[in-house]
Amino acid sequence: MNDKVIDIRDLWFSYNGQPVLTNVNFKVARGEFMAIIGPNGGGKTTLLKLMLGLLEPDRGKIRILGLSPRQAVNRIGYVPQNVHINRNFPISVLDVVLMGRLGMGSRSKRHSPAHRAAARQALERLEMWSFHRRHIGELSGGQLQKVFIARALVTEPEILFLDEPTASVDTKGQGDLYTLLQELNQTITILLVSHDVMALSRHIKSVACVNRNVLFHDAAELTEEMVDMAYPCPVDIIAHGLPHRVLPTHEDG
Amino acid sequence: MIEALQFEFMRNALLAGLLVSVACGVIGTLVVVNRLVFLAGGIAHSAYGGIGLALFLGLPYLVGTLGVALLAALIMAVVSLKARHRSDTIIGVIWAVGMAAGIILVDLTPGYNVDLMGFLFGSILTVPRSDLWQMLVICLAQVIIVVYYYNDFLAMSYDSEFARLRNIPVGWLYFLLLGMIALSVVIIIRVVGLILVIALLTMPPYIAEKYTRSLAAMMALSTALSCLFTTTGLALAYWLDLTSGATIILVAAAGFLISMAVQRLRIRH
Repeated sequence: MNDKVIDIRDLWFSYNGQPVLTNVNFKVARGEFMAIIGPNGGGKTTLLKLMLGLLEPDRGKIRILGLSPRQAVNRIGYVPQNVHINRNFPISVLDVVLMGRLGMGSRSKRHSPAHRAAARQALERLEMWSFHRRHIGELSGGQLQKVFIARALVTEPEILFLDEPTASVDTKGQGDLYTLLQELNQTITILLVSHDVMALSRHIKSVACVNRNVLFHDAAELTEEMVDMAYPCPVDIIAHGLPHRVLPTHEDG
Repeated sequence: MIEALQFEFMRNALLAGLLVSVACGVIGTLVVVNRLVFLAGGIAHSAYGGIGLALFLGLPYLVGTLGVALLAALIMAVVSLKARHRSDTIIGVIWAVGMAAGIILVDLTPGYNVDLMGFLFGSILTVPRSDLWQMLVICLAQVIIVVYYYNDFLAMSYDSEFARLRNIPVGWLYFLLLGMIALSVVIIIRVVGLILVIALLTMPPYIAEKYTRSLAAMMALSTALSCLFTTTGLALAYWLDLTSGATIILVAAAGFLISMAVQRLRIRH
């Protein structure tokens, strides 16, 4: 039995001639709860989009659950960065979650009782069912994030990707969110892009650092190698709100 | 207004206004939520090139405008999918070139003078019955397409990346939407002019967006608002002997301002 749910070999990706990811080899075991960190522009979101099949690699192979990203896409839940979402858009919480079931089953069965039941279950799991008729503009950042997680869970995925899920959530909301993700992790493999690895460290099982390449560490701590690689890091990772500590630059051999 | 309805041209104008409202409510909503107002304006203006071309080549009006508007929409769709960061510039270029080409082609056509004001503000009071049938067919076709693809358009408009992950044919829907915009714009310009097309495509949906919780409700409310604005505008134009297209726009603008004032008061209390 193959327990690697993600298997990336010799992956290269460039954007407008600029290399974004070079020679990436990366495996994720089932049941993992991994934080993906790294500097802005280091390729974290690009790596997620490659694994979702939204981008095509220049070279290399990506297998998700033994399939190509496009074939596996219905078994992956995706919570995008929600900073770009238009909060004035006329849509209710329930309709956002139902969107997760589009493309499953035939056209005529869309939003059938089965889909509505699945949406209700996902919202109840996140304690958001009482909001299902609300307009999304009425929700707080943390509540909106839960709605997006419900939309990702409504397909009952085996893997969950989250891109900066705490960006618009206050500190208490962040703690609740991590606790929730830890619960979900009992059945779902989770990969989470984040700046704030300190707040995460009690919950995650491992860390991967992405900066053109991927370094993986099988424990919830940063290695010196990662800090070197991510340099110059966002302040949060190294000093957690204190002024940036200057680290010796790492010379490539 | 009731006595005015004994004239056939008034009845036709009223019907034209109501049909335009349906197209503007449904397509206008999609234009506003997808932030395609500038693009719709570009298609509408470049359609003037089609008027010039039709005159110059002696083609039927509809062939010229529809051809040019659909071509402009196609180019804009390709550009905005392939080079998003330059799409507004390209739209601006097509906008200007289309109009300029139309004017030069009219210049070059001997013995014929087209009223540019008629193109800008239309002539709702001279809508012939045959145009009403064309508008009815196009409105019906658009409503059927939007109802059939409702969930897909909703997903594309709200979060196109997520829609792609759910195997929604986002590219095809985008082309379809731009095609429908071109079609509405062409039919409606003939009746009410391109300034009124832009006004009705944007103002009612913008007002409706603030009071609705679903795309369908937004479409319905903006259709109702368009009907209200066109009917009130027509009545005022009749009583006060004003240009009907411009009166309708000012009525819509008044509605727009009232809605903004109400919105501010609601937030304060």
